[in-house]
Amino acid sequence: MTDLWQGLVQAFWLVVTFDAELAEISLRSLRVTLTALVVASAIAMPLAAFLSVQRFRFRRHVVALLNALMGLPPVVVGLVVYLMLSRSGPFGVLGLLFTPTAMITAQVIIIVPLIASIAHQSLRDLWQEYHDLLISINVTRRQKIATLLWDARRALLTAGLAGFGRAIGEVGAIMIVGGNIDNATRVLTTAIALETGKGDFALALALGIVLVALAVAVNVAIHWLSRTEREGRW
Amino acid sequence: MVSALFPLTVKGATTTRRGKVLAGPIDLTLDGGGTCVVIGPNGAGKTSLLRMLHGTARITRGQVTWACDTETARHHQAFVFQHPVMLRRSVIENLVYPLRVRGMPRTAARQRAVDWATRIGLGHMLERHAPVLSGGEQQKLAIARALIVEPRLLFLDEPCASLDGRAMREVEEILVQAAASGTRLILSTHDMGQARRLADQVVFLLRGKVQETGLAKNFFDQPQTSQAVAFLNGDIVE
Ligand SMILES: Nc1ncnc2c1ncn2[C@@H]1O[C@H](COP(=O)(O)OP(=O)(O)OP(=O)(O)O)[C@@H](O)[C@H]1O
Ligand SMILES: [Mg+2]
Repeated sequence: MTDLWQGLVQAFWLVVTFDAELAEISLRSLRVTLTALVVASAIAMPLAAFLSVQRFRFRRHVVALLNALMGLPPVVVGLVVYLMLSRSGPFGVLGLLFTPTAMITAQVIIIVPLIASIAHQSLRDLWQEYHDLLISINVTRRQKIATLLWDARRALLTAGLAGFGRAIGEVGAIMIVGGNIDNATRVLTTAIALETGKGDFALALALGIVLVALAVAVNVAIHWLSRTEREGRW
Repeated sequence: MVSALFPLTVKGATTTRRGKVLAGPIDLTLDGGGTCVVIGPNGAGKTSLLRMLHGTARITRGQVTWACDTETARHHQAFVFQHPVMLRRSVIENLVYPLRVRGMPRTAARQRAVDWATRIGLGHMLERHAPVLSGGEQQKLAIARALIVEPRLLFLDEPCASLDGRAMREVEEILVQAAASGTRLILSTHDMGQARRLADQVVFLLRGKVQETGLAKNFFDQPQTSQAVAFLNGDIVE
């Protein structure tokens, strides 16, 4: 009990004094996850829009597959990315294993299906609404996609935030492909796992506080966004 | 020289959906100038006919032939839907949109959009979110958004169904002006007063088929079929 209390007090101090190690790890976490988010969004959102406007034979199957991939266990993603990037793997020559790039790759694979599925739901609804009008004024496929993406931007932001939340809190995959190397690939979640194992609860708790704060901020933002969406403003 | 859209020839055109005939087979020739008004009871196929002519309903049998090729014809048409579709954007952006799609530079498009917004009396709410406008305001905006590209042919599917007397008169004024400046109108309506005011030619639809068609004057003064007589009297026609 005293351990916990002392840990909390120290953790609090680490946070308010902006401890160097804590800051470094937090910033690295943000950098990795935000990069993954940008890459994943650039793939998932146009894909979702394309799936909404384009009719083709296996569309339903592709959508179902995306939904299924949302449930992919991150550890398995980590394992597969590890095998791909390891010395003997097909991308071994790139020397990416145990780098932030490897972690970003794993996170992208984990959140693309999530972002694409959430985005697809809103874009499909919007397409139903716009369909007749856009067909009538003869817009090209590119213009359709651009219009949907722009007019559904709030819903897309929600999808992006959900992806961010998933990626920032993920530990299994990035532990495997990043290796949790000090000063190189150690991020919030892997550091918490390590410090807890070592018994350094102060740093672990401080890291935890930062992580929780980020997660709460994301959820507040999602909540706020979906409320303004319902009011139809912005 | 601009290629003419008319005469329009419709031969046995039919549109079906999951095996059910929505309208057709329809035979019709539209030539001469003026406004064509499509009338008929609910479910007669007015919407289906307009969509077929515009090319947004698939023609499963028969054909619709314009004086020029279909693609050119389509480029010069616009459509106002029975239930207005609002882009989730401001009033001005709704008006700018079709111009931008056609490649007009932003400043020029904006200028024209402001002019049109003012014309339809929405000049003081340019930045308002279009989906929160009243039904009448949405309908006027939809009409302006269709006319802003200066189509040579405008389809309007019951453009005044949700409008009060004043708004209806405003809309009719806009339509009369458009017609005067060379836009052909094909519109459907339930309002016989409006049909009489606007029509040069009438197409009376019943159960998906053309029951009677001709010059408005003849149709209203001397309807040829008993169904048309009954419909004009306000009786229930089925
Ligand atoms: N998408 C659809 N699927 C199935 N049936 C349809 C569809 N659209 C229209 N119909 C049917 O086709 C017939 C013609 O419909 P249409 O909308 O063209 O009539 P309308 O004359 O425009 O009627 P209203 O005056 O009520 O607008 C109706 O019986 C309608 O139920
Ligand atoms: Mg209709």
